[in-house]
Amino acid sequence: MLIARVIGDLTATRKHATHEGKKLLLVQPLNLDDTPRGEPLVAVDSVNAGMGQRVLLTQDGYAAFTSVGLGLSPIDAAVIGIVDHIELSSAPVPAAGPAPKKKKKQDAHQG
Amino acid sequence: MRLGRVTGRLWSSIKNPGLDAQRLLVVQPVTPEGEDTGKPLVCTDATGAGAGELIYWVRGREASFAFESGEVPSDATIVGIVDEVHLGKRKAG
Repeated sequence: MLIARVIGDLTATRKHATHEGKKLLLVQPLNLDDTPRGEPLVAVDSVNAGMGQRVLLTQDGYAAFTSVGLGLSPIDAAVIGIVDHIELSSAPVPAAGPAPKKKKKQDAHQG
Repeated sequence: MRLGRVTGRLWSSIKNPGLDAQRLLVVQPVTPEGEDTGKPLVCTDATGAGAGELIYWVRGREASFAFESGEVPSDATIVGIVDEVHLGKRKAG
């Protein structure tokens, strides 16, 4: 699962029959530091999430369509929770930053 | 699912029997603001979408679940035609 923010929703009259009556949200996946993580997605909503809320997003098809009570359906993303709080034991690693270095000194090779 | 715009159509005479009678459309992925993002791809269509329409499409194994037989060898299918996109306030910064 990923953390995402609800940035909008969309309406569609002509759509696959299994999508009838399902709320479709636009969600922006996030890194742990709240920066965008890739492109926004369309996800079905299983928890009645609202605009601007931070949510839990699954991008697995099986998890997604079962979360809205469907069998095999053309759905590949769903909002399956609303995030109340996240507690991290350390500061989040920057999105594109290097992995944190271990404490061992590695500069012995090139003095 | 992702947003896209139908930009073309593809015809194929010789193809897997599972693709018989399937419309193949060229789709340009777009952002919620309607700007192109990433490269175009070919999608099967479960909606009857036409050129220029804003659609949303599903990718991966779930793309074949759009069809009753479930035997359409597709990894990208248009599953809805978008009427309207409502965007809330984007987070500043």
